[in-house]
Amino acid sequence: MSGLTLFQKLWDAHVVHVEADGTTLLYIDRHLVHEVTSPQAFEGLKLAHRTPRRVDAAIAVPDHNVPTTDRSQGIADPISRLQVETLDANCAEFGITEFKMDDIRQGIVHVIGPEEGLTLPGMTVVCGDSHTSTHGAFGALAFGIGTSEVEHVLATQCLWQKPSKTMLVKVEGTLGKGVTAKDIALAIIGEIGTAGGTGYALEFGGSAIRALSMEGRMTLCNMAIEAGARAGMVAVDQTTIDYVKGRPYSPKGAAWDQAVAWWNTLHTDADAKFDRVVELDAAAIEPQVTWGTSPEMVTTIGGSVPNPANAPSEVKRHDWTRALEYMGLAADTPVADIRIDKVFIGSCTNSRIEDLREAAGVAKGRKVAPNVKLAMVVPGSGLVKQQAEAEGLDRIFVEAGFEWREPGCSMCLAMNADRLEPGERCASTSNRNFEGRQGQGGRTHLVSPAMAAAAACAGHFVDVRHF
Amino acid sequence: MQAFTTLDGLVVPLDRANVDTDAIIPKQFLKSIKRAGFGPNLFDEWRYLDHGEPGGDPATRTPNPEFVLNFSRYKGASVLLARDNFGCGSSREHAPWALEDYGIRAIIAPSFADIFYNNCFKNGILPIVLDAAKVERLFRECEAGEGYRLKVDLDKQTVTTPGGEVLAFEVDGGRKHRLLNGLDDIGLTLLQGDKIQAYEERRRVEAPWLFN
Repeated sequence: MSGLTLFQKLWDAHVVHVEADGTTLLYIDRHLVHEVTSPQAFEGLKLAHRTPRRVDAAIAVPDHNVPTTDRSQGIADPISRLQVETLDANCAEFGITEFKMDDIRQGIVHVIGPEEGLTLPGMTVVCGDSHTSTHGAFGALAFGIGTSEVEHVLATQCLWQKPSKTMLVKVEGTLGKGVTAKDIALAIIGEIGTAGGTGYALEFGGSAIRALSMEGRMTLCNMAIEAGARAGMVAVDQTTIDYVKGRPYSPKGAAWDQAVAWWNTLHTDADAKFDRVVELDAAAIEPQVTWGTSPEMVTTIGGSVPNPANAPSEVKRHDWTRALEYMGLAADTPVADIRIDKVFIGSCTNSRIEDLREAAGVAKGRKVAPNVKLAMVVPGSGLVKQQAEAEGLDRIFVEAGFEWREPGCSMCLAMNADRLEPGERCASTSNRNFEGRQGQGGRTHLVSPAMAAAAACAGHFVDVRHF
Repeated sequence: MQAFTTLDGLVVPLDRANVDTDAIIPKQFLKSIKRAGFGPNLFDEWRYLDHGEPGGDPATRTPNPEFVLNFSRYKGASVLLARDNFGCGSSREHAPWALEDYGIRAIIAPSFADIFYNNCFKNGILPIVLDAAKVERLFRECEAGEGYRLKVDLDKQTVTTPGGEVLAFEVDGGRKHRLLNGLDDIGLTLLQGDKIQAYEERRRVEAPWLFN
């Protein structure tokens, strides 16, 4: 019998019950809750006179609607305010721990989970948010769910699932200077497409992945969903264990030793079989920039916007033409000639301390270009913000002309006041360049934090390796 | 949840690949704490020429005459014909809520994004996967003449065209059973309460750090 993949090990450890057709009742260890996808779940629970099965497994935080400017006046938009107040009220009613808007620990749900040790290796982690795949960086099985399933997990601590197919994305070699986990993620999506991972759980492996920090692994797993996969994961190693140690919610004493002993088994066995294997050469990956309205519409900083005349199929020609029209770009435009109006450094993809260090490293001693109307840095959490300020990163950004904001999802999806105006073009470290994602009519180009900072200072995209 | 058994419905063709959930229901409408009422804002940024905000009166909006949902021949459609990777992006269940509220009960596409596909079954919507060549043919037939309807039978797992062609589709047995009967997932899961408890007791010993 061949060995087991990491996915299979995580799956097997959480099986409560299996139906005749293989449908499995899977136990959920950690449930992350935010204000947007939970109110209807709590309402459903109340209507059915049910209560949460395990409040200790849930943790809540408002992140999508929160302002990133001065919070002393609360939330100006009454509809956003009601949604956050509803979360507060539901958590108070059911006894769920919540990091409220004024708590230093508040931040983007996918940043605070790992930061607090709420996300641990070997866990099943769910949240009513597709970027829950982020937590797979810890050797956890983590995936996004809809509101009906949020209610289901609250009521039962379980979900009905069928095992995914497994795909190994193997990245061997050493990344070039100035090339980051974000570039790996976009290169993978460029390779397999936004539906390439549909039906699969992705495991990222190979020497380039093992060399990544936990922040880098989170960035990579975060964007598994942009490759179509609900879950992405990386095997546990010493980097994982070192990160988890000493966090507020991570195990202590004898429980720590017991946990580490299990966590050290959370890797794919040498003789395990995957349903699909994709290989990339790390050394060949260059800084990536998306040019269209889907993350798979991506090229390198040295490349050009494609010409629909060269599209491989009629469907793609149609898609490319439409995307270029929306993006206001002419075919064959060199990426380095694309001028930008705004810059957003933040989101659950790229708002951790390492991301801010990378961006600050580029911004240091430079100024935001005059044609850039707004360059904003939104830390992923209050604690990331605090750390960055202790390191003086905020001063570097402010001196260069960036705005230094309060933590939240912000302009990744523009549910709060931070958004693009119609036609504005943005270099963004977020994860989605969909039409209207950052504001109706807004045009998003996805890049790494270093590339975003460089674009802010140059006023157009520029190769950070030679900047 | 409402059951889905059979449907004889007018078809509206949405000829775009990778339709994401941000397009299906834009973010500003996600601020609602209710489950209903998203239909008027389905595909809001494609469907209207002006910008929509929650609480706005749909009657005052300017429909985009070039968007297919606004064509008079597709008024009242309950079957959405779509392209690859429909429903990609965010996990927002507001997307199926908006489709259902508008009146869509079945979606036919060559492929769906996983989370969206799963969310449909929780809301009485049947997502049907047919191969790309068949979907292409349905697009051509639907666009060729007004009043194009399809019959969907979940029990038999078939889609029948006006010409009498019967197209079979696959659906997971468990999901089919629940959708056919409109069953409440939570109620079914709670029947496994003893097994959940036994699992938790075992894990408390094996992995005590998971319990506070």
